[in-house]
Amino acid sequence: MAKNRLIYGASIAAALALALAGCASDQPSANNSGDSSSGAGNAAGATVTMYGTPIGDEAAQWEASWEAWGKANGITIQYTGDRDFTTNISTKIQGNSLPDIAVFAQPGLMKAAVDTGKVKPLDATTLSEVKKNFSEDWQSYGTVGSQQYAVPLDAAVKGYIWYSPAQFASWGVSVPKTWDEMMTLTQTIRDKTSKPVWCAGFNSGDSSGWPGTDQIAEYVLSASGGDTYDKWVSGDVKFTDQPIVDAYTALGKILLNPDYVNAGFGDVASINSTAFGDVAIPLASGECALTNQATFLQASFSTAKTAAGATPKVAPDGDIWAFMMPPVAGKATAMGSGDFAAAFSDRPEVQKVMAYLASADYANSLITVPNATFITANQGVDVSKEANPLLAGAITTLTDPQTTFRFGAGDAMPAVVQQAFWRGTVDWINGSDQATVLGQMQAAWVDA
Amino acid sequence: MSTLTAVSASHRPHRRTHQVLSSPWATAGAIIIAVVWTLPTFGLFLSSFRPADDITTSGWWTFFAHPQVTLSNYAQTLDFTSGISVIKALLNSITITLPAAIIPIVLGLLAAYALAWIDFKGRNILFIAIFALQIVPLQMLLVPLLKLYTGGVSVGGLHLFPGFAANSLSNGFAQVWITHTMSALPLAIFMLHNSLAAIPTSVMEAAQIDGAGHGQVFFRVALPLATPTIASYAIFQFLWVWNDLLVATIFTSGQNAPITKMLSDLSGVYGQQWYLLTAGTFLAIIVPLIVFFALQRFFVRGLLAGSTKG
Repeated sequence: MAKNRLIYGASIAAALALALAGCASDQPSANNSGDSSSGAGNAAGATVTMYGTPIGDEAAQWEASWEAWGKANGITIQYTGDRDFTTNISTKIQGNSLPDIAVFAQPGLMKAAVDTGKVKPLDATTLSEVKKNFSEDWQSYGTVGSQQYAVPLDAAVKGYIWYSPAQFASWGVSVPKTWDEMMTLTQTIRDKTSKPVWCAGFNSGDSSGWPGTDQIAEYVLSASGGDTYDKWVSGDVKFTDQPIVDAYTALGKILLNPDYVNAGFGDVASINSTAFGDVAIPLASGECALTNQATFLQASFSTAKTAAGATPKVAPDGDIWAFMMPPVAGKATAMGSGDFAAAFSDRPEVQKVMAYLASADYANSLITVPNATFITANQGVDVSKEANPLLAGAITTLTDPQTTFRFGAGDAMPAVVQQAFWRGTVDWINGSDQATVLGQMQAAWVDA
Repeated sequence: MSTLTAVSASHRPHRRTHQVLSSPWATAGAIIIAVVWTLPTFGLFLSSFRPADDITTSGWWTFFAHPQVTLSNYAQTLDFTSGISVIKALLNSITITLPAAIIPIVLGLLAAYALAWIDFKGRNILFIAIFALQIVPLQMLLVPLLKLYTGGVSVGGLHLFPGFAANSLSNGFAQVWITHTMSALPLAIFMLHNSLAAIPTSVMEAAQIDGAGHGQVFFRVALPLATPTIASYAIFQFLWVWNDLLVATIFTSGQNAPITKMLSDLSGVYGQQWYLLTAGTFLAIIVPLIVFFALQRFFVRGLLAGSTKG
């Protein structure tokens, strides 16, 4: 029997040894890869890992934007998209499982990452590209202290009012030039159709409410100007102060008015249950006359149908088009968002990729990706290469030094305040008292 | 003999329970619960065959008024790529799930046998300690485990474990298996221990008197008797790992991502393709369904194991 016991013991030991060997075979060289290439200086055949928010089709389009360059330079950029990037990047940074390049959509989050000391400052070549191609506003989003850490990649302009040029022609109305004209236009359309005019969708999973907070922020920026907006973002102007109260009151005249919303979906409360991209459907079918959404709403029209059953044509004379939200007061303002690439590694191939991402070449490659709706704030971009006139207009807005551009207020605020801002706006649509809701948002600053 | 009296005493309530549960009212109640429980899944299934327009504009129940059937959701889902194809993601899921279900069972069985039938000092304290480990939430493990995998372990300059190369973290699977094994072991050991400990002492003693050592007792006596528990635990663990998204997003990146990660990407950044989730869900559910139905008879027996004895 001692013999049997020995056999079993040996077999178990063998199994364990095999299991360990299986694990061990996963590590060809000691410790992190890339050490081998760092000495050579020649980046050919190298792999650079990249981690960001875009997933699915957007990820594929993003990969297409650098594919040709990567092939020509022998660098493979291995991109991983993650819907929960915002939370998971913190875990990965703490656990030292760092991508070579991370793409942040919120400057605040990027600054938090820089504070861990693991983000590498831009090298000289990349830095000179950034300085050459981006306005000071855009440079500042990637700056912590006096050090530049991030390269702005793509951008989005928010505050477009989508409408149907064909419907406008049949009603005999034209695009409004001011906020007041837009309110008059709304009443005119209401009188002609006796149906709700605007549609809106605030539902976006965990971040439900952002389409509403964007509209509030656009109004604040337009009505009160950049200085007040900046003070609001930094917490010096309170949510309960007049500029913000005015914005809610003004937008409430549209969003809380059952005569004006929610075209194609139902009553005012249905705004909260409607997925934000779904507004494209009633807009395309003609049930909804106006909706406020960013440039990326265009992606949603590919699956929508017009009343006749065709795919809507997005053009100034087509089924769908958009104008910038008309200014409430004074000069043109634009609010938007952007993505920023920061590097966790200073290997030569990573620096090479970063320098490329900051270049005008990349900007041109980005806006010419087929079927994509990317735009950029890179001033070296050749706008004439953008086939879509709406996006070309957005790029012109972004690169025009005369436009007051600001980052979306929520994204620039601390995360807890942003959440309260989102939640409060959802409650506001559900009928909660405006003053109470604004007070709750302001209270979130205590935790920030 | 005390067991005998206990049996006759417990027999009557047991029969009454049986009568209550098999009454027509109970049956009707069970049917209603089953229908209500299944209805959302049924709606999802029906939706997966509806055109994208219908899904986004009306509820699934309107299907009966305007029946329109299409396979385009399935076609689009199968065509979907997010760095890797759906087929590769399914293969990744299988590659992750099988070892992540088998390793904890093998280790858990050995540990459970030792804790149940080998008398050593501190055995009970050890068992309670392992049982208590179940309260450690998985989320707490993420950062320390990542540090372990990337940095390795060294004690006083001696490299016990050098850590995984960055390349294997984004292409290999070992780190996912190890993570799932670590989080599964406390429950595995607990469940398997209970099942092994329930084997009558007389059976084990008889085997030992016949000359069997621990190895033979383990393979010839303990293993066959614990089969239902092993199978039911295998289903638990398989479904848990198959449905896992958290470990997958933290410990894989891109090339080795499983189907759950793919599903979460399916609707697109702006959620504009959320209607594809209907088809994606049913594609992802096929493998777990096969496993469940294949092991189902063990599952029910495993859940009941020990409950009707005596």
